[in-house]
Amino acid sequence: MKIAVTSMGRDLTSAVDPRFGRAAYILIIDTDTKDFKVIDNAVNVSAFKGAGIQAATMIAEAGAEVLLTGYCGPNAFQTLEAAGIKVGSDISGTVADVVVAFVEGKINYIATANAEGHW
Amino acid sequence: MIISVASGKGGTGKTTVATNMAISMKGECTLLDCDVEEPNVHLFLHPLIERSETVTTFIPEVVESRCTWCRKCADICRFRAIAVVGKKVLVFPELCHSCGGCQVVCPEQAIADGSRELGVVEWGTGAGVPVVQGRIRVGEAMAPPLIRKVRAAADSDGTVIIDAPPGTSCPVIAAMRGVDFVLMVTEPTPFGLHDLELAVGAVRLLDIPCGLVINRADMGDDRVRQYARREDLPILMEIPFDRRIAETYSRGGMIVEEMPEWKEKFKSLFRQIEGRVKATPRGRTAQ
Repeated sequence: MKIAVTSMGRDLTSAVDPRFGRAAYILIIDTDTKDFKVIDNAVNVSAFKGAGIQAATMIAEAGAEVLLTGYCGPNAFQTLEAAGIKVGSDISGTVADVVVAFVEGKINYIATANAEGHW
Repeated sequence: MIISVASGKGGTGKTTVATNMAISMKGECTLLDCDVEEPNVHLFLHPLIERSETVTTFIPEVVESRCTWCRKCADICRFRAIAVVGKKVLVFPELCHSCGGCQVVCPEQAIADGSRELGVVEWGTGAGVPVVQGRIRVGEAMAPPLIRKVRAAADSDGTVIIDAPPGTSCPVIAAMRGVDFVLMVTEPTPFGLHDLELAVGAVRLLDIPCGLVINRADMGDDRVRQYARREDLPILMEIPFDRRIAETYSRGGMIVEEMPEWKEKFKSLFRQIEGRVKATPRGRTAQ
């Protein structure tokens, strides 16, 4: 299964980026093989608007079924929901820790956005 | 003739100048409140609203039965107002800037005309002055199209005074573009000067003649006047930092009615602007 984790850096030892739409990187990790792919999110970091929507589209295209991040706003959440991606929120620590927590089923999934929309 | 009363910094006295000038020229002008995000002319003129019109803007409405999820609409939208995920198309109305690009690029004609309410335009008369005001819908972020509707509502032959929003961003440009004169209301403080310089920069780009009113003129320092001299900006009126003026304003009263000596001053301000507009060769860019 592929999961997406927002990250400050390009590898599994990086800290989780608490932001979703404007996260520095998003790592798409195969939880079975632990292989991962790096999405450089620079284009959304500096997006005028709609960063969350675009980031959600990108991880859907990458085949992620779960997103693990800190905060997720309403537009991003709506897009993720349409793509059938579950959202685990309030995530912190390193990406590797988060993958372990996911495999052990210690993730809190949310049913609504957990951050206000931002202008 | 269209005069736009603008400022850069907020709270310098745009509405005070616009309403008092309009009342002084009663019978000769229409007053437009183009500060649609917080219109306040009505607090002073109390217009009786005779007509109201809802203003809407285009947003895409996806006809799902025609859509093939090709994503051309999502790719062209720089505001990310459309997202395609799998076989679902999501529209985010509040992000849409109504350019219509999605409709143009859709090969399946799957995008129909939807609409989003921007706000209302209201017509009335207050204190004998015809007033048109815009009021943006709470939660709406896009003011310029509503401002353009307020401006379009004015009789193009008559004299129009526009109470513009503060700042230098898109709503201000919408309230200044194509007018005959911009009257900048400022105050002699560092903050007033800072924002005045930005606003004058915008007016220069739009190539519109400009003059100043200095409000609370006997406070602060001399730097606004030095700037005006340097930039060759005429100072057309100075309003002192006077307790009676402040109290009149605070009660929602008109200076020209409670302190009648000001009526001639505001008439003279209008005539000076008129003279400058007549002396300026026409042919500026249309709105």
